[in-house]
Amino acid sequence: MSAPHIDIHRIAGLARLELSPDEESRLGAELSNVLDYIKLLEEVDVRAVEPMAHAVPHSNVVRADAVRPSLSHADALSQAPSQSNGLFIVPRIVE
Amino acid sequence: MEYEAVIGLETHVQLKTQSKMWCGCANAFGAPPNTNVCPVCLGLPGVLPVANDEALRLTVLGGLLLNCRIPSFAKFDRKNYFYPDVSKNYQITQYDRPSTTEGHLDFEFEGAIRRVRITRAHLEEDVGKSFHFERTSGIDFNRAGVPLLEIVSEPDLASADMAYAYLNALKDVLVYGGVSDCDMEKGMVRCDVNVSVRPRGAADLGAKIEIKNMNSFSGVRRALAYEIPRQIAVLERGGMLVQSTRRWDDAAGITEEMRTKEDAHDYRYFPDPDLMAFEPTESWLDEVRGRVVELPLARKQRFMRDYQLPAADAQTFVDDVALGAYFEGVAGQTRNPKAIANWVINNLRAHLAESQTTLADLRFRPAHLIELVELIDSGRISSRIAQDVFAEFFATGESPAAIVQRKGLSQVSDAGALEALCDEAIAANPGPVADYRAGKSAALNFIKGQVMRLSKGKANPAMAGEILERKLGGNRSGTRA
Repeated sequence: MSAPHIDIHRIAGLARLELSPDEESRLGAELSNVLDYIKLLEEVDVRAVEPMAHAVPHSNVVRADAVRPSLSHADALSQAPSQSNGLFIVPRIVE
Repeated sequence: MEYEAVIGLETHVQLKTQSKMWCGCANAFGAPPNTNVCPVCLGLPGVLPVANDEALRLTVLGGLLLNCRIPSFAKFDRKNYFYPDVSKNYQITQYDRPSTTEGHLDFEFEGAIRRVRITRAHLEEDVGKSFHFERTSGIDFNRAGVPLLEIVSEPDLASADMAYAYLNALKDVLVYGGVSDCDMEKGMVRCDVNVSVRPRGAADLGAKIEIKNMNSFSGVRRALAYEIPRQIAVLERGGMLVQSTRRWDDAAGITEEMRTKEDAHDYRYFPDPDLMAFEPTESWLDEVRGRVVELPLARKQRFMRDYQLPAADAQTFVDDVALGAYFEGVAGQTRNPKAIANWVINNLRAHLAESQTTLADLRFRPAHLIELVELIDSGRISSRIAQDVFAEFFATGESPAAIVQRKGLSQVSDAGALEALCDEAIAANPGPVADYRAGKSAALNFIKGQVMRLSKGKANPAMAGEILERKLGGNRSGTRA
């Protein structure tokens, strides 16, 4: 089995992480090891097994459509780094 | 070379629930910012979302109304991206196992019934709303976590107008079925447009251009009316189109590029470990099936077929469901449903609007309307008088026959009485009489109008016309104009 290739730079970018070259090489190697380990599963014949979406054998967990009290406005915004006019203020979004 | 457009739409509508998708915060528009929020919909760490069962039902109901298949297994996935209006850094959606798939929507377009295939209609959560200021942006999370139905169409649309007709038909179906209020003023409907062009009849699709975040149907139509010729012009100049995302600038009336495929998002979907799969049981499905209603197009066709109504009248009863239901209640008991439809559409609607009342406030019974039509059809009252009778029983609830009796409104069909009225009108209007005799046949209508006036609207107009013609025609020298 060949070692899975990991584009650590791209993955860090997707996660909005800034890694130093040292971190990139260390974490890249570590994540490659993790994937190698997961690759062991390829040795198991799972052709007859339905893919599962969850490890817990539960389904249909629902709640009734009823309104419950929300947080107070002050509590809701208490963790906001910045706020104005009741809004969470963030750096200007430009796309 | 001739080109054709290929258009597919992804339409998001807010589901008509009381509470949000994963928490008990109100699904309500217009509250002050960040007042309908809690740790779940703010995406704070350590919370556990729990699915709203009504949202699951409305999703499947929407799918059924769009003739979709309902798979026996559906699950929720995380769509990962960073944007301030998604505080969890992922949006919960259904990726590869949606609640409904493979349907279609039939609708009227340019005089024919057209069919657009529906790829899927799946459930996801809405995100917060952003406001942009000079140096910052502000986020209101009241909308975050509101259940959304995303309806993905196949690329079966061929023009801006057809896309517009499809969207209106889709909205009608969802409003009819109680799935969504689809109130565009409240941002309940948003649309992503995929459009490409290709030489007419070509098998391969051209480069797909996506126009994101349209919030009005007329905007979609205008954006397509701009974008399709733009793409064709690029190809005609010998240029190349690349897969990309564009933004519609409504004020400028143009689309502009946001990003190309090279920097397309990588959403890294995976099953949300906080949420269990949903496997609808047969009894649960039966309950949802019980909420399926007759669709607008089917209703229109049935009204035209069963009551011989013209298309415009049938459409009125489709657009105003309550008025249509009222009409059906009356029409089933009459031989002349067409006349009933006219009274309901022309008179009842106007009186309701004028008096600012609703059908629930009506003082008269359906039998009164039927009686009114019979009084007209049997010649007992003129249609002019019938207007007054209607106004009277609309106000009082008294029966039409009683009103006619009490006020002496019966149509005058007695030849002797009509002759006298005609003589009076002829004597009083020498000018028009001379005109008529000189060949201006239109003058007869004026004189007939005078007869109607003298009779206070009670004269049988057809008989009055005949008598006048006989009286005046005998002396006529000229030819008919």
